[in-house]
Amino acid sequence: MKEKFNIITSTCVPLPMENVDTDQIIPARFLKATSREGFGENLFRDWRYDKNGNPIKDFVLNDPTYSGCILVAGKNFGSGSSREHAAWAIADYGFRVVVSSFFADIHKNNELNNFVLPVVVSEQFLAELFDSIAENPKTEVTVDLPAQTITNKVTGKSESFEINPYKKHCLINALDDIEYLLSKKDEIEAFEAKK
Amino acid sequence: MANTLFDKIWDAHVVSLIEGGPTQLYIDRHYCHEVTSPQAFDGLRNRGLKVFRPEKTICSPDHNIPTLNQDKPIVDPVSRNQVETLTKNATDFGLTLYGLGHKKNGIIHVIGPENGLTLPGYTIVCGDSHTSTHGAFGAVAFGIGTSEVEMVLASQCILQPKPKTMRINVNGELKAGVTAKDIALYIIAKMTTGGATGYFVEYAGDTIRNLSMEERMTVCNLSIEMGARGGMIAPDETTFEYCKGREFAPKGDVWEKAVAYWKTLKSDDVAVFDKEINFDAADIEPRITFGTNPGMGIGISEVIPAPNPEDEAGKISYDKSLEYMGFEVGQSLEGYPIDYVFLGSCTNGRIEDFRAFASIVKGKKKADNITAWLVPGSWMVADQIKAEGLDKILTDAGFELRQPGCSACLAMNEDKVPAGKIAVSTSNRNFEGRQGPGSRTILAGPLVAAATAITGVLTDPRKI
Repeated sequence: MKEKFNIITSTCVPLPMENVDTDQIIPARFLKATSREGFGENLFRDWRYDKNGNPIKDFVLNDPTYSGCILVAGKNFGSGSSREHAAWAIADYGFRVVVSSFFADIHKNNELNNFVLPVVVSEQFLAELFDSIAENPKTEVTVDLPAQTITNKVTGKSESFEINPYKKHCLINALDDIEYLLSKKDEIEAFEAKK
Repeated sequence: MANTLFDKIWDAHVVSLIEGGPTQLYIDRHYCHEVTSPQAFDGLRNRGLKVFRPEKTICSPDHNIPTLNQDKPIVDPVSRNQVETLTKNATDFGLTLYGLGHKKNGIIHVIGPENGLTLPGYTIVCGDSHTSTHGAFGAVAFGIGTSEVEMVLASQCILQPKPKTMRINVNGELKAGVTAKDIALYIIAKMTTGGATGYFVEYAGDTIRNLSMEERMTVCNLSIEMGARGGMIAPDETTFEYCKGREFAPKGDVWEKAVAYWKTLKSDDVAVFDKEINFDAADIEPRITFGTNPGMGIGISEVIPAPNPEDEAGKISYDKSLEYMGFEVGQSLEGYPIDYVFLGSCTNGRIEDFRAFASIVKGKKKADNITAWLVPGSWMVADQIKAEGLDKILTDAGFELRQPGCSACLAMNEDKVPAGKIAVSTSNRNFEGRQGPGSRTILAGPLVAAATAITGVLTDPRKI
């Protein structure tokens, strides 16, 4: 999971639903593991498999037409529970980027902490991207983290996206927040002393 | 400079600012449960770290635990492993644990306040989105992911972008039969499920000011359901009265000093919020949800509205939601047959919720078609139910009390609503499958839940 992030070009997996909550990304009954691995198997479990465990054919992850490491989702992706298992499931399945017009706050942080890049695009860019993928499932998108741009290679349209410089640095260099915080022990103790 | 309540507490906890990046924020209280913590403790082990400030973390298993026979080993081996892993982690790292069977065990958001571990002015985090509950005390409290749990364990700090501020004012007198849950469900429906994303909300206005601490906790608890990073209410005499004398609250001179500081914790008169919204309490009636997110709600006398015709993308989700629930546009849900009633959770599992429920069912009988799960939020709540004789009222009406835990709110234990069945639930989420695969959930307050449990169909408590 802790992989350096630079420029990614990939086909996309479209999920044009809005308000996809973390209970759908990974249902609560799969949160009982005590390690971070293996959650990808149960990503979107109840949309992906029927109650007998057979794949539901028309769900996008079961449709061989679509593939790639970029998930494109409707607005307000990742609402609800703070479970990081949702980000682990997305990363473990093999997604490196999630594109949406709007992300829930906690889930967005969780993705970043697992080296999955949430890319916020305009409603228009998102709608056009869904259209491009519907017309041609092999539509490629390039996400350039250093330049902070996303490009729909079918339309040629490009947008810039925001990410704070600190998190960008972390992603490009595969560094996590704990390493940063551990380097700040003296400041933390000084803060406690004056409190 | 004029400041909001949120700014005052946040700014007092800033250890450092990363240029162009997040804030390094000091955390006063960290709550920890069994589901979102094991990987964080493993992270510490892998890095060879200790917990930096063990006295500031409190552990209690709540999500997985059974609500019957808690004195016996947990039957589900995977749940048992997770609960035992928390015990091992708390022991290995020297943390306070209110484990299964401990008189302080219960839902972490219920036991924190009742033991005086949650106090005004604190920064509080937990690997659970309903940590916003503690904002009722005038604390900056919010849910975090497991990587962030590890950060807090390792450094007592967290890196967070500072959210924007929003004030939601509710003024006027509440109508009879309207509870704090109805206020929150009303606000969420108006705001929509993502309408407060990016914001930290302060609730204000005379309606909010007149709420008890337990009612304030219900309102703040549900802040996340409109996407807010957290919700808070300025501390006042109601807050101080609640905290005074609780086990871990300050005592003597320290108490006096604390109260003097807490009295400064309010938004300045001229403070400017990034967004400000007003609601009238008189517009609120008992609420229910009809869809698969908490923003899809109506007054109990209303019919299911049509989706916004201009929002084409939204319509796909709206239609899918109604299809899942088996409802249609224009339908009234009053009188709809119900299978399960759940009273409990960090939203409505406190003593006042049980009093409200008992006030409706007193002298009546549970409907035969209803399976009712009444789950106190903690052992302290369970003991209080007995002390007040509410258990007798509930038993006489055909209900049984279960043992404390999160239970059917997210159905990680055995308390699962079967596929296709429908529950009226006092919990916080009506997502697809939330209360068990294929289950359907109508969120409501304790009065609607009680009225429904008596009649067997969705019922307006004002008509009982």
